[in-house]
Amino acid sequence: MSIKIGHKPYAERIQDGLNNSFMRKAVSSAQGRFRSGRLKAAEELGDWEDWRTLGEEIRSHTMENLDYYLHQLSEQVEKRGGTVFFAETAKEANEYIQEIAKKKQAKKVVKSKSMVTEEIGLNETLEKSGCEVVESDLGEWILQLDEDPPSHIVTPALHKNKEQIRETFRKKKGYTGSDDPVELAAFAREQLRQDFLEADIGVTGCNFAVAESGAITLVTNEGNARMVTSLPDTQISVMGMERIVPTWEDLEVVVSLLTRAAVGQKLTSYITALTGTRLEDEVDGPEDFHLVIVDNGRSKILGTEFQSALHCIRCAACINACPVYRHVGGHSYGSIYPGPIGAVLTPLLDGYEDHKDLPYASTLCAACTEACPVKIPLHEHLIRHREIIVEQEKMTTTSEKIMMKGFAKWASTPAAYKLSTKMARTTLKPWTKDDYIEKGPGPMKGWTEQRDFPAPSKERFRDWYQKREQRSDH
Amino acid sequence: MAIHNREAFLDNLAGQLGRSRKIKVESPHYSVHPQERVFQGATQDELVEKLEDQCKVIHTSFMRTDLERLGETLRSVLLNYDVTKVVGASGPRNDETGLSNVYTELQAEGYDIHIWDKNKGQENITFAEQAGAGIVFSDLTLAESGTVALFNDRYNGRSISLLPETFIAIIPKSTLVPRMTQASQLIHEEEKKGNPISSCVSFVTGPSNSADIEMNLIVGVHGPVKATYIIVDDI
Repeated sequence: MSIKIGHKPYAERIQDGLNNSFMRKAVSSAQGRFRSGRLKAAEELGDWEDWRTLGEEIRSHTMENLDYYLHQLSEQVEKRGGTVFFAETAKEANEYIQEIAKKKQAKKVVKSKSMVTEEIGLNETLEKSGCEVVESDLGEWILQLDEDPPSHIVTPALHKNKEQIRETFRKKKGYTGSDDPVELAAFAREQLRQDFLEADIGVTGCNFAVAESGAITLVTNEGNARMVTSLPDTQISVMGMERIVPTWEDLEVVVSLLTRAAVGQKLTSYITALTGTRLEDEVDGPEDFHLVIVDNGRSKILGTEFQSALHCIRCAACINACPVYRHVGGHSYGSIYPGPIGAVLTPLLDGYEDHKDLPYASTLCAACTEACPVKIPLHEHLIRHREIIVEQEKMTTTSEKIMMKGFAKWASTPAAYKLSTKMARTTLKPWTKDDYIEKGPGPMKGWTEQRDFPAPSKERFRDWYQKREQRSDH
Repeated sequence: MAIHNREAFLDNLAGQLGRSRKIKVESPHYSVHPQERVFQGATQDELVEKLEDQCKVIHTSFMRTDLERLGETLRSVLLNYDVTKVVGASGPRNDETGLSNVYTELQAEGYDIHIWDKNKGQENITFAEQAGAGIVFSDLTLAESGTVALFNDRYNGRSISLLPETFIAIIPKSTLVPRMTQASQLIHEEEKKGNPISSCVSFVTGPSNSADIEMNLIVGVHGPVKATYIIVDDI
């Protein structure tokens, strides 16, 4: 996999999403639960706006001094027996990891959930060199068995129901139990336990690295990340270069924001801070540790007006607040990073060419900006993307260009404007029923397929205004 | 041990930021400090109450005892879970609290007890994988979130609190602090003094769980399925 998923065009992806009624139901109920969880956790904590301000200040300070903190981190990791590899591209990161697997003659690699390894397509690379790669996060495991991409960055299999999951387990793993989620999870526990014990290499992502001590912190609930970092002899952690905080005191703040904003928990079941290799007198933990720090397009965002997009702590609060995501689901974005942050980040990391539609997958209602625990102005970034797409990239479609030219002409010719606003109600009459248009013609079709359009009013605003002025003259 | 490709990588970042590489950064002064206000001035007993409340949220049984009755309490917990194979952390606190004697007694009664021993290597992990319960002492306890912080080391292997189906934490009352803020401050201070941090710090909050199937909460996935906290009042 890479950032981009699938080859279907945007309009088709959206239509698939809209037609998937199970997914839409699942997403809207999940959004409701996520949202109330976040709001409740924020209220219980108190001073939420202060917390957000502090989160923003920490992230902003870190990005401004990113070279310094990454240097400090690498020194600390080396001091604790680890090896650090700075990878400018996905290819460099993959090749380095592949090389380690070869040296270790690794047959089995067990992974905990990591978006950055999805982004660089690590699994495919390792599989090509003959390794079996096992995803151990429950949601990721389901998707791996089903060869399906994630649709959400916190709960990746959100678009699947329990009947589908039972079917997948039955077909791929010979499961014979019911579709009770507890039973399904128990089956995963039993199946994956052996993988943890047998694996030669454990691969993790990184929620936050701590520069001052060299710790790699993982924020999880299932316990699989602890397995991955306790049992295999080799641990490889892959981090996007921006996923770092200066000190433990900063870590605590962003973790408090993350767990609340993501799932409404005070802390997740496991916050695990791993530093280097196991010590000489320790029994479990890796004897060989590698940290791979990935750029893969991120540095192009530094120093630009989009820099705050790198502040993201991957909580998905914006995704859970987004009315567009609610209707079209994660796969419609065609990116492993969906929702508002995905629409901001994907064109920056992977270019406008393949993702020029994403900044339009927004109503600009700003629910995302309000939900963001580190105050990224997401909707403002989306507007800026649109401006760039129109002004610099000249990527608007020909039909839109013609329409816009027509609109400009019409709106700047008073006679034409006057005539058409007078005629609007009469012209649309054939499609109007009870003052609403249910099946509109031509360009209105896209709108009325989803919802009714109010018929133009009997009285034009200008006429109404004139009358009102006359009345007030009396 | 090595660092690859660092200089070119970091030079590029500095270039993007429109300046030369930074060799020193002053600690920033943030404008707000909400984290210090949570449970400010709470007594140890008030923190125990907060912890007890939070245990209900995190599907964890809460017991309160003292040193004298620690063995009795532990025995009742094991009986309740119907567990006979137990792995425990080693270290000086076992003798200090009389837990070593409790383990000896339990063993005599037919319990299969293994105390983590670095000299036994892989055998520790194999036993822990088969054990029904793992017992550890909390190093720091976060009242707000109901979290047991473990500084894993040669006494307290990572597997003890991870592989068995039941997680049992003995929590000296004195280890209670309001929240993660205090734990992080402590680690930060130690780091500044040049005392290196544990290879693994595990903040454990109840049993493992997942909401990956239709957002239903499932308690018990890869890590422990059940958890009990035993607060000991007089240590």
